[in-house]
Amino acid sequence: MKHTLVALAVLGLGASSAYAQEVVKLGTAAPLTGTQAHLGKDIENGVRLAIEEYNAKGVTLGGKKVKFEVQAEDDQADPKTATTVAQRLADSGVKGVIGHLNSGASIPASRIYNEAGLPQVSPASTNPKLTQQGFKAAFRTIANDVQQGQAIGRYAATKLGKRIALIDDRTAYGQGLADEVDKAVKAAGGTLTGREFTSDKATDFLAILTRIKSQNPDVIVYSGMDTQGGPMLKQIKQLGITAKFITGDGGCTGEIAKLAGDAIGANAFCTQPGLPLDKMPGGKDFNARFKKRFNTDVQIYAPYSYDATAAIIEAMKAANSSDPAKYGAFISKVHFPGVIGTVAFDAKGDIKDGAVTVYQFKAGKWEAVQ
Amino acid sequence: METLLQQTVNGLVVGSVYALVALGYTMVYGILGLINFAHGDVLMVGALVALEAIRLLQVHAPELGLVPTLLAGLSVSVLVCMVLGYTIERTAYRRLRNAPRLAPLITAIGVSFLLQTIAMIIWGRNYHTFPQLVSTTPLEPVAGVFITPVQIAILVVSALLMVALMLLVNKTRLGRAMRATAENHKVASLMGVDTNKIIAATFIIGSALAAVAGVMFSSNYGIAHYAMGFMPGLKAFTAAVLGGIGNLGGAMLGGLVLGLVESIGAGYIEDMSFGFLNSSYQDIFAFMILGIVLIFRPTGLLGERVADRA
Repeated sequence: MKHTLVALAVLGLGASSAYAQEVVKLGTAAPLTGTQAHLGKDIENGVRLAIEEYNAKGVTLGGKKVKFEVQAEDDQADPKTATTVAQRLADSGVKGVIGHLNSGASIPASRIYNEAGLPQVSPASTNPKLTQQGFKAAFRTIANDVQQGQAIGRYAATKLGKRIALIDDRTAYGQGLADEVDKAVKAAGGTLTGREFTSDKATDFLAILTRIKSQNPDVIVYSGMDTQGGPMLKQIKQLGITAKFITGDGGCTGEIAKLAGDAIGANAFCTQPGLPLDKMPGGKDFNARFKKRFNTDVQIYAPYSYDATAAIIEAMKAANSSDPAKYGAFISKVHFPGVIGTVAFDAKGDIKDGAVTVYQFKAGKWEAVQ
Repeated sequence: METLLQQTVNGLVVGSVYALVALGYTMVYGILGLINFAHGDVLMVGALVALEAIRLLQVHAPELGLVPTLLAGLSVSVLVCMVLGYTIERTAYRRLRNAPRLAPLITAIGVSFLLQTIAMIIWGRNYHTFPQLVSTTPLEPVAGVFITPVQIAILVVSALLMVALMLLVNKTRLGRAMRATAENHKVASLMGVDTNKIIAATFIIGSALAAVAGVMFSSNYGIAHYAMGFMPGLKAFTAAVLGGIGNLGGAMLGGLVLGLVESIGAGYIEDMSFGFLNSSYQDIFAFMILGIVLIFRPTGLLGERVADRA
């Protein structure tokens, strides 16, 4: 009896507040458990901060004051779970989704959001395919691998040396990135001395490295993961090759340093899509607000999920509606100063002028150089 | 020329690891007509057990030198793998010895998955850094060829083990019993050979060789993880077929030839095909050679005893 009363009271409260202001739910999905949980939580916190700040400022859509709420789901960094939570978000009536973290989760989930007519803005997935599937409302606030490949090629050819050897691991990621590096090197006036291939299961690179050595390049670009990059650095040293080494975000980890041991040094470079927090236009202020609210530091993605949320809400404001069918078309038109810089999307849905940071290995860790 | 020499050295080092693993495949095939697909995973267990032993020794007995630590780790891993090899034979294969050929083959694949999964549960999915206790810093280059102490150790150790195995099989009582069992195990048992014991010994010796190969592999590349046995296993199986499966000398020759073909193939295929093919065809190149050899010599390079088995 008591419970019924409480339930009634809650219902009454809910009804009256809904009457006063409309509740608009936004979904976010990222790994909230497992080894990447800290990064997933970072994304969720960015979304929360954005929503709380918009609620505090007050947003009026279609004449009604709206209150934003978050529904956070855990995709466990797993493609299959990602589609399950995507369906759950679609069924529970969220008006837009900020997520996911991994490309492998974002891409299968994007199909479900597309079918449900939900706009999706990923703060972290870099695989070009996400925005190339012809889905009208798939966006991302982080640079993609095309932009990253261009940055690697440009940096290698202009800063590290003219003669460049390219190795990729024949995966979708490695090959896609390497193709962009290839184009960018040539565009920047560099020469490709050769392109070699390995696999994401290989451990011996001596044969291809010996061939590369005979072509005498200034730089070796490796497009693949850290688990191959580490042993590769060792074998580069073992063959007495003095060329510089640069790799993409797959190798831009602490793990590569562990696996390479004493074979990694100042001649090793890597890239990460996005900017370090202190180089973002709104970074310092954002970090202070974030820390005050959550009492923890920004990991990587919070600024991107904050701006992704802002992009959705700004589009709603421009459309004067929270109906995905109405405001969806306005996301591609947003143009506002965000934490990460100007937030605006190109025709495919990728962030315009997505920044890529180059790191150099110094004193035992990766340090941003550009 | 420098490049060719370097590729030859690269190929010989990789090839001698293949050869050592191939011996395990070929010994079991010679005696049982069974392709033991779990053999590559025994190599993986060998490397990971050695890793664990070396880590423990480094913590509890840091005063031990580098090479003694490695040898101690190696001994532990060889012992563990011998027990593992025996257990696999006893539990998975022995009862299927007279079953249709397909049953033990599928069982072998099952054992391979089982070992990988157990290793994944114990050691996780991550790559581990394997302590490189023999130096990987290249020596002063001779004729432009860079070679590291660990590579030299691999060449020497595999050569010694291969010679020892040849002597064991051809000159000892156990070897004679093994050859007799391979010839015809029913007749051998009628002649008083305890074939169960001989077959178990074959698995134990093969697993010990795989453990040594695993430790050498990890010492050379500085990594170890639960799926590392797959590629060397596959390559070694290819080497065994190339040399003539069932033939010990063939396994050694096959391993070395495969290593050289891969290395030289990766280095020169682009020039040889005028840019039409490139190093992504490295593995295909090795299998092409295998195909060509098998067309002209269906029993492999030194093959014997395949026609009546297969």
